[in-house]
Amino acid sequence: MMTNPTGRLTQGQFSFLPDLTDAEIALQVEYGLKRGYAWSVEYTDDPHPRNTYWEMYGMPMFDLKDAAGVLAELAECRKTFPDHYIRLMAFDSTRGVESVAMSFIVNRPKGEPGFGLARQEVNGRTLRYTVHSYATERPERERYRR
Amino acid sequence: MSTPLYSIPGAPVVAGAEATPAPAAAPAPEASAPRTVGEVLAETQAGRVLEELDRSLVGLAPVKGRIRDIAALLVIDKLRVSLGLRAESPSLHMCFTGNPGTGKTTVALRMAEILHRLGYVRKGHLVAVTRDDLVGQYIGHTAPKTREVLKKAMGGVLFIDEAYYLYRPENERDYGQEAIEILLQVMENQRDDLVVILAGYHDRMETFFRSNPGMRSRIAHHIDFPDYAPEDLLCIAERMLEQQHYRFGSGARAAFEEYLALRIRQPQFANARSVRNALDRARLRQASRLFAERDRALGADDLTTLSVADIRGSRVFAAAATAPL
Ligand SMILES: Nc1ncnc2c1ncn2[C@@H]1O[C@H](COP(=O)(O)OP(=O)(O)O)[C@@H](O)[C@H]1O
Ligand SMILES: [Mg+2]
Repeated sequence: MMTNPTGRLTQGQFSFLPDLTDAEIALQVEYGLKRGYAWSVEYTDDPHPRNTYWEMYGMPMFDLKDAAGVLAELAECRKTFPDHYIRLMAFDSTRGVESVAMSFIVNRPKGEPGFGLARQEVNGRTLRYTVHSYATERPERERYRR
Repeated sequence: MSTPLYSIPGAPVVAGAEATPAPAAAPAPEASAPRTVGEVLAETQAGRVLEELDRSLVGLAPVKGRIRDIAALLVIDKLRVSLGLRAESPSLHMCFTGNPGTGKTTVALRMAEILHRLGYVRKGHLVAVTRDDLVGQYIGHTAPKTREVLKKAMGGVLFIDEAYYLYRPENERDYGQEAIEILLQVMENQRDDLVVILAGYHDRMETFFRSNPGMRSRIAHHIDFPDYAPEDLLCIAERMLEQQHYRFGSGARAAFEEYLALRIRQPQFANARSVRNALDRARLRQASRLFAERDRALGADDLTTLSVADIRGSRVFAAAATAPL
């Protein structure tokens, strides 16, 4: 069975589409800013679906008026972590919402080996299944090095 | 190749992608491109902002002239662009010099709006900061702090008040230098994203530029704000009162004129700001005067009029009476 037919991580918005261009990213950011969201940049080289909290690249950006600020931060992050996954997240601080309203990947490593299904035999013939990221077999920072 | 079935706003239009025909209603760009200065001003409503600037600010003739010049440059630049005469986008960073209270912050706000109307900044807000907002307390604190401010200012105008405090020559490891370097970089590389306006006293700004030639070379427009003449200050006072629904009672205007003559000679005189403060204190005295008359019915006239006594109650008069002139 093919577990990774497209060779691409599919998490968050737009992840089944080709990568967004910077102009397209800027429009999404503008949309969020208009609704009063605070954007933040996060990165990881451990994209396991249960790894909910990625590393924060700087603080969430409150009180921005224009997408250029977010794109400047993204450019910095890409420069530091060119081979990591990077995503933009929009936080809606409205009382009662207080959660992430948008999230999408804006940077990917060149090759994405995907995940394997590991089977563990326990208690007789019982099987436990778990998802394992091939990339994490290598140490941090070397996972997606070409 | 098959055309994609999705469409994201802002996606570059793929040549020959008939699947998403351009809306027929959209006019060709040439048809609506402005051809005259009047058309640009009307279309962008920048003319209205310029008139408003002329009308609402007293005096400042040289400043208004310079702002008109800059606006003219930008309007002509727009006309050139609409004829396909591309030039490098003009450098718009500015320096406003002048004594406190001469209207630098006020004019910067208007400038942000004009630049926005003419399309030179995308949002047109003003972020006003001083050294403390940019420079950190310890190693590694300054860069993120400066960047955060810059990010907030993007799409608008960053107004740095008393910018010379960024540079402290007496301490060669002062973190201000780091902030200056980041600023310089953004001023050069992200001209389309924000306009920087430095403000402060004329002479200190000069010294600052002498030690930071990089900063001077990136600033295209230097505008000097002269001190207000006493007539201007009086006129400003009347405008301020009008806005707050107050007025001078009989004789109070003359008293205020006298007050100004004395106040101008005192140290720490801050032009229009001193006027505002003096009026605030006069309002305070008016309130306590009325407060004392418990049983009087107060009409609109009583409540809006500043009397001679309200003006003459100022410490400035008392000091002038005792001090030898
Ligand atoms: N020409 C003017 N006409 C009317 N009010 C003015 C004028 N110049 C300054 N003011 C008022 O004076 C106060 C101080 O002005 P500000 O722009 O803060 O001065 P600066 O930034 O140069 O210290 C503000 O309240 C402003 O509204
Ligand atoms: Mg000011």
